Amino acid sequence: MSTQVPEQEGEAESSADAETDASVESPQEQRMAKKATDRAYRDAQKKAQEEIAAAEEAVRMKVFRYDPEVEGKQEPRFDEFHVPFEKGMTVLDALMYARDHYDPSLTFRHSCRQAVCGSDAMFVNGQQRLCCKTQMSDLEWPVRVEPLPHQDVVKDLVVDMQHFYDQMHSVEPYFQGENAPDGEEQKQTRENREKIKMSTRCIWCGACMSSCNIAAGDNEYLGPAAINKAYRFYMDEREDEAELEEHRLRILEQEHGVWRCQTQFSCTEVCPKDIPLTEHIQELKREAVKSNLKFW
Amino acid sequence: MSQSYNRGLIEDFGRWKEFQAGMWAWIFHKFTGWILVGYLFTHIAVLSTATTGAETYTQTLQGLESIFVVRILEIGLLATAVFHILNGTRLLLVDLGIGLGSQDRSFYASLVLTGAIVVASVPTFLAGLGGGA
Repeated sequence: MSTQVPEQEGEAESSADAETDASVESPQEQRMAKKATDRAYRDAQKKAQEEIAAAEEAVRMKVFRYDPEVEGKQEPRFDEFHVPFEKGMTVLDALMYARDHYDPSLTFRHSCRQAVCGSDAMFVNGQQRLCCKTQMSDLEWPVRVEPLPHQDVVKDLVVDMQHFYDQMHSVEPYFQGENAPDGEEQKQTRENREKIKMSTRCIWCGACMSSCNIAAGDNEYLGPAAINKAYRFYMDEREDEAELEEHRLRILEQEHGVWRCQTQFSCTEVCPKDIPLTEHIQELKREAVKSNLKFW
Repeated sequence: MSQSYNRGLIEDFGRWKEFQAGMWAWIFHKFTGWILVGYLFTHIAVLSTATTGAETYTQTLQGLESIFVVRILEIGLLATAVFHILNGTRLLLVDLGIGLGSQDRSFYASLVLTGAIVVASVPTFLAGLGGGA
């Protein structure tokens, strides 16, 4: 915050002034001068505190707006909202405040508000983030909120997720084979659980896919989320049939599968669940190489 | 859906300030790779003068080496090659699952090492320019 109160300097200044004045003025005038200096100092302090309070009271938000159904709003633009700041306020809180108090047409997705449903992933201050998890106090103001990049915008902050879901389903994200769990408890070793633990955390928010330039340029690329989902099943020991493993690897090692990853690490950096996506992709690359290596 | 808005890839370039280390590494690797491919053609063009005769080849090389800009370009070529090699090694290690957690630091290390090697090479590349030894 730029509005710092110079306490020591103010005091030093006032006493220095008093000493200078003492040589030429009467005690009454000295007291008056000291009072005036003290008053000026108090006023400056009060003004600085007011500035700090005012700065903390309202968060400036620049929000991407686009509405294809309303004439005059079809050209994308940024609307500015000033939202009263409260301690612990998230970007989602601020968006909801703006919608409820200023513009009911402001559209965005949200549901659980506790980083579980993954529906409120947006592009906040130049990075894909979950709005319900991102604290306003951690961001640089004004906060710029945009829909996820590399996905078509349906309205305001809502993007079309269909392609993302298609890619997720293309890796067959469910147990298969004769040993597939069928309502019965199926045990897994602790080691195996640890191995796939992080990959099971995916909440399908699409932040990783949005951050990946390769996915943006190649519409057929499975993308980090889908590959991570495939990793989760490929590495799970409960699906232990060799044919199934090969089937999964075949999906992954296709032209637009794991080999399209060019290790930008963007997905890993933006993942709100800290899943080491790039690491999983590299591991699957190695699995693909191992399965194809033949020494004869 | 009635209509949707595609912001296009052009917006990506406007966000260059927001790129992280991994992204810069990717961009530099591509860029240096293309420069090296381009250089190969120049290299072949220069070498092909040898087909005319040893004297032509020597004259061409001496002529090129006497130009200050060519010396500077050679330093740039060294920087390009060194970074590409170092970052390539980094990517190889990443592919093998080594140093995934410190991928950003290894990128910075590649940059620093490239800078150091290039600076150290400057006296060699500029030696003898302007008729000296």
